[in-house]
Amino acid sequence: MAETATVYEPGTHPDLPPPATEVGVIGWLRQNLFSNWWNSLLTVVGLYLAWAAFAPLIQWAILDADWVGDTRDACSSGGACWVFVNVRINQFMYGFYPLEEQWRVNLTGIIFALSLAWLMVPRIPGKRYGALFVLIVFPIIAYYLLGGGSFGLPEVETTRWGGLMLTLILATAGIVAAFPLGILLALGRRSQMPIVRALSIAYIELWRGVPLITVLFMSSVMLPLFLPEGVYFDKLLRALIGIFMFQAAYIAEVVRGGLQAIPKGQYEAADALGLSYWKKMRLVILPQALKLVIPGIVNTFNELFKDTTLVLIIGLMDLLAIIKTSLEDPNWLGYSIEGYVFAGVVFWIFCFGMSRYSMAIERKLHTGHKR
Amino acid sequence: MSHKSNDEAPAAPSFWRDPRKRQWIFQILVLALVGLLFAYIFHNTLYNLEKRGISTGFDFLNHEAGFNILMSLIPYDETYTYGRTFLVGLLNTLLVSAIGIVFATLIGFLVGVARLSSNWIISRLANLYIEVFRNLPLLLQILFWYFAILPLLPHPRQSIQIGELFLNKRGLYLPKPIFEPGFGWVLAALGLAIVASILIARWAHRRQEATGQPFPVFWTSLGLIVLLPWLAYGLAGFPLNWDLPELRGFNFRGGIGVIPELFALALALSIYTAAYIAEIVRSGIQSVSHGQTEAAYALGLKPGQTLRLVIIPQAMRVIIPQLTSQYLNLTKNSSLAPAIGYPDLVAVFAGTTLNQTGQAVEIIGMTMGVYLVISLTISAFMNWYNKRMALVER
Repeated sequence: MAETATVYEPGTHPDLPPPATEVGVIGWLRQNLFSNWWNSLLTVVGLYLAWAAFAPLIQWAILDADWVGDTRDACSSGGACWVFVNVRINQFMYGFYPLEEQWRVNLTGIIFALSLAWLMVPRIPGKRYGALFVLIVFPIIAYYLLGGGSFGLPEVETTRWGGLMLTLILATAGIVAAFPLGILLALGRRSQMPIVRALSIAYIELWRGVPLITVLFMSSVMLPLFLPEGVYFDKLLRALIGIFMFQAAYIAEVVRGGLQAIPKGQYEAADALGLSYWKKMRLVILPQALKLVIPGIVNTFNELFKDTTLVLIIGLMDLLAIIKTSLEDPNWLGYSIEGYVFAGVVFWIFCFGMSRYSMAIERKLHTGHKR
Repeated sequence: MSHKSNDEAPAAPSFWRDPRKRQWIFQILVLALVGLLFAYIFHNTLYNLEKRGISTGFDFLNHEAGFNILMSLIPYDETYTYGRTFLVGLLNTLLVSAIGIVFATLIGFLVGVARLSSNWIISRLANLYIEVFRNLPLLLQILFWYFAILPLLPHPRQSIQIGELFLNKRGLYLPKPIFEPGFGWVLAALGLAIVASILIARWAHRRQEATGQPFPVFWTSLGLIVLLPWLAYGLAGFPLNWDLPELRGFNFRGGIGVIPELFALALALSIYTAAYIAEIVRSGIQSVSHGQTEAAYALGLKPGQTLRLVIIPQAMRVIIPQLTSQYLNLTKNSSLAPAIGYPDLVAVFAGTTLNQTGQAVEIIGMTMGVYLVISLTISAFMNWYNKRMALVER
């Protein structure tokens, strides 16, 4: 029986579904992976590359790995020996901080995490007080809690600090201390006063022009020469001073970007209201500019976090340095890959998280400032 | 309170109410404070140096160094001076930076373009590369390649061989070109070809502006640049030989030996910086709005022409300044060399020389000075380029 074509009145034809090759999984595959012969070839090569890279990696790191045990004898299956990391994890986290005092480090960490949440989660009110807390109150608390020596806490010398804890201390102390100086330098660079501007530019360009490692060398060998007789800074403080001076220059440039992005009308309106320079900056310009540069600050912090590993070269025991030292332990020779992969995973989680956060903020801020 | 009449000049503001005078006083105070700080530091330094019996000045540069350096591009041994040490370190820094820049650019552009590929797998893989290597500390990567991966390479006898290239625990061995007297002619021919190509390009541009007739500049230049040197090479009697690396006893002799420290450092620097360059390339290409492509198609340009004449020139305006600053970062990052013992400027000069002489102020000053000169030169170039390339808006 031959089917006769139905004749529709104009406008009454029912909607047909799109062809199966254009939608759904098949459509997606066609469009993204096999749109032409060249693309199909790339897909095959890409799949092969991914398989060649990840199959052995997963086999080594997870399927064949040894996880529990106390000595290297526990590692016999030929895969990764995570026992090494397991045995040393306390040292990797706290360095040589006495075991019974480690609650102080944990408490500091918790306070810091809570105050960060206060600053980072948009819904929690009182950001201004949060910022003041992190910049002024928290460093004092952390100093007494970690260092001890008063309030009935036994003293823990900075030479015993190490591991991830030291990495975090270096990065946060560096950025918190550098922030006020960075803002002043940024204002100085945009100032009308020629001498102040020249000094700010000289400072910023000098520190931005040299690698951090030379700054650390400088603070560890030259700084003692600069001090009057009888004044002694320990190794950690010297490294921190170097990081602080270096970082201030980078923050200054980030903040300057924010200052430049504020429309001229805002400056003129503040002037027209008769605000003094500091009132204008404090009440009108900086609140807007600092909001704009949050992603930039987070990125700077991210770079600093990675750069703190350089203190290894001047002999401080940060996470990377302590892992490198443990790898030289004759009981655990030959597990370099495990050690560095573990360090990599820890650093990667922090850095990737920060970069995602900064991207999210950037997207959120982007809406209001598209002019 | 009585109003003054309008034609009466206002009284000059009192001294403290004049912002300009206040500014000057403030600036003089700042300058005085900075000056005092420096004077204080200077005084302390002189005192401390005297107490430790260290004489100031650059005399030490003429003293005999007395230590050898793992790798040197210029003749060097223990009997040379500290001045020579400085030069050796500087050249090694420049060498590893140059190698790193070349490879970082190649990998970076490749990954950046792959990131924009319409192929889902390729673009995901490129993204994975970027996210992994950008979020790991460079020092960790250097240590990883040097201490974890290089020891896994085979002994010299079982070297991995690619053509005449050998890779093993002791480094990378490449054939070394030996230039014989006639080779100057080949270089001269190459120079001539480049100059000719530039002149032809200018002439073709002027002719196209005047008459509208295009000229195949690219193919002509390529022909000139490839053919002329080959012709000269043949005419001069093939004046180039290769010194091939050969396994003798337990190690390779001949050729160019790349020490494992240089290999690991250059590898880590290239891979790390390439991740940043890839992001720069991606954002540069994406910064050219889609309307530009549509307009080019509407004018009848082919996809290749659109890319070459419309998109790349506009993307380069965004890419080049950021690329230069990545090159600068790479050069500064090469100072991580002391961590694995590659003899760069920081390792041999700010490290060994400083330990031997104790001239901290001079040595750190010179080392920082070198990096500062490099970065100021590059930022001067960038400013010049930005000015030249700035969009001329109506």
